[in-house]
Amino acid sequence: MEATIPVLILAIPLFMFLFLGLLGKFMSHKMAGILGTAGMGVTLLLAYFTAYVYFFSGTPEFVDAAGNRLQFVVFNVDWLQFYENLVIRLGFLLDPISAMMLVVITTISFMVHLYSNGYMRDHHGVYEHGFQRIYAFLALFSFSMLGLVVATNIFQMYIFWELVGASSYLLIGFYYVKPSAVSASKKAFIVTRFADLGFLIGILILSYYTGTFSFTDLTSVNVATDTFAVNLGTADHIKNIFANSAVPVFMGGSVLTWALVLIFMGGMGKSAMLPLHIWLPDAMEGPTPVSALIHAATMVVAGVYLVARLFPLYLMETTALEIITVVGAVTALYAAMVACTQLDIKRVLAFSTISQIAFMMVSLGVARPEFHEGLGYMASMFHLFTHAMFKALLFLCAGAIIHAVGSNDYTSMHGLRKHMPVTHITFLIGCLAIAGIIPFSGFFSKDEILSSCLGHGWVPYVWMSFVAGLTAFYMFRLYFLIFWWKEHKVPQGHHQPHDQAWPMTVPLVILAAITCVAGFIPFGKLVSWDGVSYDFMAHFDWSVASVSLLVAVVAILIAMKMYMKENPLPEKMRNALPALWTWCYHRFYWDELYMFITHKIIFNGICRPIAWFDRHIIDGTMDGFAYVTNKASYAIRGLQSGKIQMYVWVYLIGVLLLGLVTAICLL
Amino acid sequence: MDYSQFLAMKQEISLLVLFLLVFLSDTFASNRGCKTIGGLTCVLFGLFTLWGFCPVVIGSDTVTAFEGMYETSPAIVAIKNILNVGVLIVLIQSLKWTASENQVIRRGEFYELLLLTLFGMYLMMSGRHFLVFVIGLECASLPLAAMVAFNKHRYESHEAAAKYILTAVFSSAVLLMGLSFVYGLTGSLYYGHIADSMFSASTSNIVMLVVALAFVISGLGFKLSLVPFHLWTADVYQGAPTSVTSYLSVISKGSAAFAFLVILWQVFGQVYSEAWEWMLYALIILTITIGNLFAIRQQNLKRFLAFSSISQAGYIMLGIIGDNAMGEAALMFYILVYIFSNLAAFGVIGAIENNCGKVSMTDYNGLYKTNPRLAVTMMLAMFSLAGIPPFAGFFSKFFIFTSAINQGSVAIYVLVLIALINTIISLYYYLLVVKAMFIKEEDEFTVAPFRSALTERIGMWVCVAGILGLGLVSWFYDSLLSVVGF
Repeated sequence: MEATIPVLILAIPLFMFLFLGLLGKFMSHKMAGILGTAGMGVTLLLAYFTAYVYFFSGTPEFVDAAGNRLQFVVFNVDWLQFYENLVIRLGFLLDPISAMMLVVITTISFMVHLYSNGYMRDHHGVYEHGFQRIYAFLALFSFSMLGLVVATNIFQMYIFWELVGASSYLLIGFYYVKPSAVSASKKAFIVTRFADLGFLIGILILSYYTGTFSFTDLTSVNVATDTFAVNLGTADHIKNIFANSAVPVFMGGSVLTWALVLIFMGGMGKSAMLPLHIWLPDAMEGPTPVSALIHAATMVVAGVYLVARLFPLYLMETTALEIITVVGAVTALYAAMVACTQLDIKRVLAFSTISQIAFMMVSLGVARPEFHEGLGYMASMFHLFTHAMFKALLFLCAGAIIHAVGSNDYTSMHGLRKHMPVTHITFLIGCLAIAGIIPFSGFFSKDEILSSCLGHGWVPYVWMSFVAGLTAFYMFRLYFLIFWWKEHKVPQGHHQPHDQAWPMTVPLVILAAITCVAGFIPFGKLVSWDGVSYDFMAHFDWSVASVSLLVAVVAILIAMKMYMKENPLPEKMRNALPALWTWCYHRFYWDELYMFITHKIIFNGICRPIAWFDRHIIDGTMDGFAYVTNKASYAIRGLQSGKIQMYVWVYLIGVLLLGLVTAICLL
Repeated sequence: MDYSQFLAMKQEISLLVLFLLVFLSDTFASNRGCKTIGGLTCVLFGLFTLWGFCPVVIGSDTVTAFEGMYETSPAIVAIKNILNVGVLIVLIQSLKWTASENQVIRRGEFYELLLLTLFGMYLMMSGRHFLVFVIGLECASLPLAAMVAFNKHRYESHEAAAKYILTAVFSSAVLLMGLSFVYGLTGSLYYGHIADSMFSASTSNIVMLVVALAFVISGLGFKLSLVPFHLWTADVYQGAPTSVTSYLSVISKGSAAFAFLVILWQVFGQVYSEAWEWMLYALIILTITIGNLFAIRQQNLKRFLAFSSISQAGYIMLGIIGDNAMGEAALMFYILVYIFSNLAAFGVIGAIENNCGKVSMTDYNGLYKTNPRLAVTMMLAMFSLAGIPPFAGFFSKFFIFTSAINQGSVAIYVLVLIALINTIISLYYYLLVVKAMFIKEEDEFTVAPFRSALTERIGMWVCVAGILGLGLVSWFYDSLLSVVGF
């Protein structure tokens, strides 16, 4: 494959960022929107073409004779060479998951670009302040995310990982005059940055022992023939490195385990796993299209992608996978419980995102090659794909509703189904998909996940099925509260809510259509952990499917009973278990715990002494130097008296001293 | 007699011809001809500068003439060319001033005196016999006193000239006394002979020789305004016309620095290197530090630049103390960068002074609002003088520090450390000017917006191009390093 198109996929968004960022001020709002959308549209076409060629062309670069998919490095340039072995390269890696991610990112990003044309205006069509800026930032984000998924080595991934964090910071803080947006953007940046510290240490440990950053070296073990098909027999190479190099065991974990867990810590930050999840609900302060792009579909799955990328390494030391499973399972339950009580519709969606990502993590954590040829891996990627589509759909619907009603709070919504029919239907499709109702896409991917959980044991299966039921419940609670419950009351001075203009409705319809059909994609043929394609239906477990379907339907019925018409049942439920409700409503007080740790312990215990040292010792030293210099300058001013006799006198004394002192010293 | 040896003096001879042309046209030309004398000098000097770059007759080796009294080499040609570029900028910048009402009658004299002093500087750098050197030195000093006094109607100009000539005479006396000691002890005035006979001089004469060395150093230290021989500098720079001040601060100083290098390395280098290195060591520390300490408190910008130039001279000396080829190249590069930076600063000061007579730091408050281009030029000059990358001044400081450190002793590390600390202090006062221009807000701007004369603008453009260009083009230093024969 030629490098032109891959380069363009990265270059166009970067160019659009620079172009709109530098020159956006000088063009009209409309122009900036059209240019930004068009640029992303071209990127979308190129990415689709690349993915199509990768999956379906059948070229020997991409598929070997046996039909196994290969990893293919399109280009890989030396960017920084420190010395012979330590080279940082930037490149473009095509393999099943990166090709899939190209499709996901460009699709959602294009939809969001299009949608923002409508969303970032008020009802009279007046553009918001900073309209061009958001397009520049969206382009930067798309560039960073694309660079992340096609990274050929873990260091490139880290670079783009940070860029993603930075552009997310810029986008969350888009309304920088709002204090809540500013603190949310800071929170997101600091929390993910803290997690990335672990990621960086993990990278350093891993590359220190293996001597390479490259994914192809680290994960595809049969390097010589350049096949991706991982052969566990030869995976011993990397394993031996760790086994043979008198590696210390630290706190019961081998070095490899520690490296992998630390790398996963970076993923926990970006993917908002407990206990580093606290930034994601607050990040909803950004504009809703941004939430759809970053905090639902792309950036938050970076952690899942990272684990998937290094999956063969994780298989070598399954302790890390067990940790991932536990973290994922706890997070999934926690987020689902919290989502049942929130009032702000974007927060419900945010917690639902956390919970769904946790599903993907669990799925990776339980994936083993022994069971259904690593079904969990495929299920995780499948869920990533379908979730990106339907969650973006839900967010964009929420954006349309918020735009129409002017509030995030569902108490000011209710009964919107007659006013916004298109939004209503598409939102319902999204809810059905996330609840796992056949034939919407979420059913298939979630079913695969539950199947692979069952393969791992009963506990994860029951646990995750329960969470899936909760998911159906809280999503339909949200749905009924927005669109049913009681008649919509239009507040005084407001006009009737209605469906939005075409730039906002078209993405909804497209994403809804994708959600309806995406489940039938033969995903197993395209994506698997070792490139070996297999029949997806062969692993389809009807018993699991019917149980999960049953759970979902029951959950939906409960939600319907409670929320379809205005009734006192929710109030009663709440009063029956007041403690549980309060804890869920306050998100189990995680934010307060962090506040306590940072403000009371870190600020007082560590920061204050440092600040004191800085202010008194360091500044004091500097001020002292300045004071002495100034005093000295004042003290010698008499030398420049203006009297010529004095000048000559100083001259003469100077000469004699110079000569005599030197002569005496030399003798 | 071999007349071909005159060819070695091609630059001196053509400079004399140039001087005669200017002198004759000034004397005999009609009144109308008088008006063009400035332009004529600039054009002729421009041609002369280009001529200096043409390698005629002599190849790339060192050539001596007149029984070894005169020497030229690629390095000497290079430093002369560097100085020529500076003189050309000074000439262009002075056109407006010389055409002003008070100066217009005598302006021919300004050009003639200036060319004569340049001739003297050539001799200082090329002479390899102390008589030639002293003649060059006097030729470079005495006309300068007349130039300093050029503002006939200003009292400060006279005072400055009086202070200059008195100190110059005194320093010449000390220098000559030192030279007579040297002659008495070695029996020769040729640089080469003196160096040779110092080997055989008996140890009892060491004190005498060291004192003589101190006298010689003080004579050149006066031209370079090294502390403690610097006290005339501030008064003279402040009182003299700005064009003369800029000439004094860059050209006179640059030539003296090179001559200093030649004398210390060729005459005293082999035997008394330990003695003069320690003397220089003390002088550098004193010069940089005291120059900086005084500069902090100055309000008059010309006086401020006087102290800044004192401290810059200390940095230039770092190229000599290293005693290696890199030091010579770094010294020449430093002089070139210093020419551009300082002349840019003086160009701005001169333009404003010619326009509204303001030279105080407070007058520059809010200059960016009224004259943004002048303010930016001044800022670049200050950044370059302070040594902020990526401007030329950073690289000149970098090279000169590197060359000094190459000498390798612990004492040099300490010296460079002190110099580095002093650059921080200097950063403070250079930024004071920038702060005044850009940050300080005034209700009424003291300097009204104006458009400076074309000639002044040309001069500043060249300087800005030099500040930016030398910072980015790295080969220039390498080419200097390649011409330095060591």
